[in-house]
Amino acid sequence: MAIAATDVSKDRSQARQKRMIADHFDKLEHAKETGKKVVYTFVPGNLTELIDALGMLPVLPEINALQSGMRKKSAEYIAEAEKAGHSEDVCTYVKCDIGMLKSGNVSPTGTRLPPPDLLLLSYTGCFTFMKWFELLKQEYNCPVVMLHVPYQADGMITDEMRRYIVDQLEQVVIPAMEQVAGKKLDMQELEKRLALSAKAEDDLVAVWESARHRPSPIDGYFGGVYYIGPIFSAFRGTEDAVHYYRELREEVTARMATGEGPTTPDGPTTNEKFRIVVEGPPNWTHFYDFWRMFSREGATVVASTYTRVGGLYDLGFRHDSRRPLETLADYCLGCYTNMNLPSRIDLIEQYIKRYDADGFLINSVKSCNSFSVGQLLVLRELEKRTGVPGGFVESDLVDPRYFGKANIDNRLQSYFQMLEGKKRKGAQ
Amino acid sequence: MKCVVGIDLGSTTTKAVLLDERGSVLGQGITNSRSNYAVASSVARDEALTAARFTMLERAFESDQRMGSVETQTLLERLAACFRLEVYLAQLEQLGRVMELLLAGDQYGRHRSETEAPARDILAECIRDAPQLFVPGARRKSDFFRDLAGAAFMAGAERRAREGQVVFERIVALFDRAIFDVETWLMNVEFATLLSRALDRALPDVITDSVRSDVRDEIKAIVDRVATVPIEECSYVGTGYGRQTLPFPKEAVRSEILCHGRGAHRVFPGTRSVLDIGGQDTKALQVDDSGMVTAFQMNDRCAAGCGRYLGYIADELNIGLHELGPLALQSTKVVKINSTCTVFAGAELRERLSLGQRREDILAALHRSILTRAMSLIARSGGIRNEFTFTGGVCKNPMATKVLGELVAEHYGSDIVIHTHPDSIYMGALGAALFALDDLQAGRARLMLAQEKGIAS
Repeated sequence: MAIAATDVSKDRSQARQKRMIADHFDKLEHAKETGKKVVYTFVPGNLTELIDALGMLPVLPEINALQSGMRKKSAEYIAEAEKAGHSEDVCTYVKCDIGMLKSGNVSPTGTRLPPPDLLLLSYTGCFTFMKWFELLKQEYNCPVVMLHVPYQADGMITDEMRRYIVDQLEQVVIPAMEQVAGKKLDMQELEKRLALSAKAEDDLVAVWESARHRPSPIDGYFGGVYYIGPIFSAFRGTEDAVHYYRELREEVTARMATGEGPTTPDGPTTNEKFRIVVEGPPNWTHFYDFWRMFSREGATVVASTYTRVGGLYDLGFRHDSRRPLETLADYCLGCYTNMNLPSRIDLIEQYIKRYDADGFLINSVKSCNSFSVGQLLVLRELEKRTGVPGGFVESDLVDPRYFGKANIDNRLQSYFQMLEGKKRKGAQ
Repeated sequence: MKCVVGIDLGSTTTKAVLLDERGSVLGQGITNSRSNYAVASSVARDEALTAARFTMLERAFESDQRMGSVETQTLLERLAACFRLEVYLAQLEQLGRVMELLLAGDQYGRHRSETEAPARDILAECIRDAPQLFVPGARRKSDFFRDLAGAAFMAGAERRAREGQVVFERIVALFDRAIFDVETWLMNVEFATLLSRALDRALPDVITDSVRSDVRDEIKAIVDRVATVPIEECSYVGTGYGRQTLPFPKEAVRSEILCHGRGAHRVFPGTRSVLDIGGQDTKALQVDDSGMVTAFQMNDRCAAGCGRYLGYIADELNIGLHELGPLALQSTKVVKINSTCTVFAGAELRERLSLGQRREDILAALHRSILTRAMSLIARSGGIRNEFTFTGGVCKNPMATKVLGELVAEHYGSDIVIHTHPDSIYMGALGAALFALDDLQAGRARLMLAQEKGIAS
């Protein structure tokens, strides 16, 4: 997400994204001078349009943490947090963020991050978020406002759940945000942004869907985390995001026409040997190593659940400017991490079939219970339903100590060879 | 003779299996992995080639009408033992040469004279006593040169040290340095020459005077023919922990997961679940009716519950690894060891011993502890389906198989058939060889990038 462009991709859209991010961090650095208020918030169930409509700037600690992982800074940040008393078992995003804060809060682009004027806790499927902001509240001594999003325990969103969130927005969340912003919310401003969100969402879905093509023009996991950057973070509901997704869609469509595969750390994919669905977040400290373990075996990820944590647009959800608060409620309720296990299994099953996958792989991260809990059950159930072989590796989000490169490589090679064996057997 | 080769480069031992074109096992070989994988695979392959020639000998003897009056099995066993003896002697001679070279080096200086003569004497004793190790019925704890020569040399060194003739540490250091060179020395003695010497030793033991001389000549002719018939290695697959270091092209390297599943299924075709406990990893696999792995789990991040755990415990108690199981079987009281960490288990072991608990009972608890870990890995891989095969170095341990049997019955019912096989340490190499055969038949055969020539090539 919101990853600064590397030489992995030289696409125009990538360059645009890089500019957008640099510009955003620049605005953050000067927020105090320009009088902009800063809201720290989380990716799943974020209220970007609302923040923007009130003229405030979002900071997403999760993204800062994963960026720190990619920039090889997370180990020292985690050590810093552990020195401050946080145990080995605490989510490494949290420790990485705390450590970054204690090390001067330098952003991924090298600018300095301003302290928050408000901590907006949209609690979506992750209990740790609450603890995380309790810690940040102590550090920054600023107001916290919580939006409690009920878990989809029965696998559906009911009117009562929607009403409960809208009530919170009207009675607690928006008033608190208005107080920090120093102005009233203009509903038209919000609606304008929600309409822009829906436009970008249409194009993003087309990008996801392109992976049904053979060969897939995208990698829906390693490449996918770049694609979700703008829409899952500070840019949903902006013209910038609309342009970015339009451009991205055009690039992907062009690749589809020429039969090109996705660009990998080792250059363009030339042979799509395996089509894989992936469940679970990537490992950020060894992101490219991990990616290469796939790309070198000719494995392209055609769909992933991680790229849906900030919204399941491909199941039909769009932000709807005609029902601004209800649509925000539906968005928060519908995030992947807010789904119960049966719904997650249904979704992955659908992906395996829809994207005609040869296999599905679970990366079980130590830090994240909202992902990892029940993953072995998910694996068994999916194998039973689809007959497609499941693979299982274990790592972590941003603690490099939990990425056993040789072991993971060994497992993945075994897994791909297993798929190969199955293919050969099928061909006989 | 055409064959295919599978090599399993494990963390502790390296195994090689040769199959003929029909897929029958021709020979298998094993050696310590040491720190030099290329040598280890070469030595294991030579061992397998030697075994292959013995298989060919057996086939030749059996198909020869005139051998009717000869106990061919006895002859083959004796011949094999004598061949081992010849190899052992050749290695001892090499050990002597390396020691001389080391002693001539600068570092021994003034200690040279006081070390040289005892070292020579000890080596001469080793050579003199060598045949005793290979007489019929002799029990050797190991066939690895390091173990055989080490035991004999240490005994000699200890005796002389007690008598004040030599500084024990100095002579042992000399041996330790020399043995490494010998282990990585690829013998270039002709296989046929060694076998011919072995036959001269073996014949008088087996062939009585009543056997006609033309039969003796026939035996010699068969041995000569088999010893020199070219064996053509047509296809290779490498696997195991050190596979990346093998001089193999990428296509000839297969995951050990697949190889172990395939090997176990080949030996026990009813196999559907496999547990392999090796030196530093444990694998739980599910296979289909053709031996293809369909699901697997491996330990990672922690190697507690693997063979090394038992090795560590054996070291702590100062006993041989192979003695652990039999000792644990003598347990009369159930105690519980909570540590799953190898190092902590060692500490717990010492603490319990100091409290007066019996070694046998503690060992039994340690066996239960590691197999309980294995059971959770199996559960993660999809549980145990009939039939269940237990492979890897640890399945040689009788307590491990007993405990596993109890746990399987407890968790999956008593009607699960459990297989172990005396050669189960070769399952990975066997699976690799079967993949090599597939490749050969599919026209995808690969050879090593640099075929090192060993003793029997």
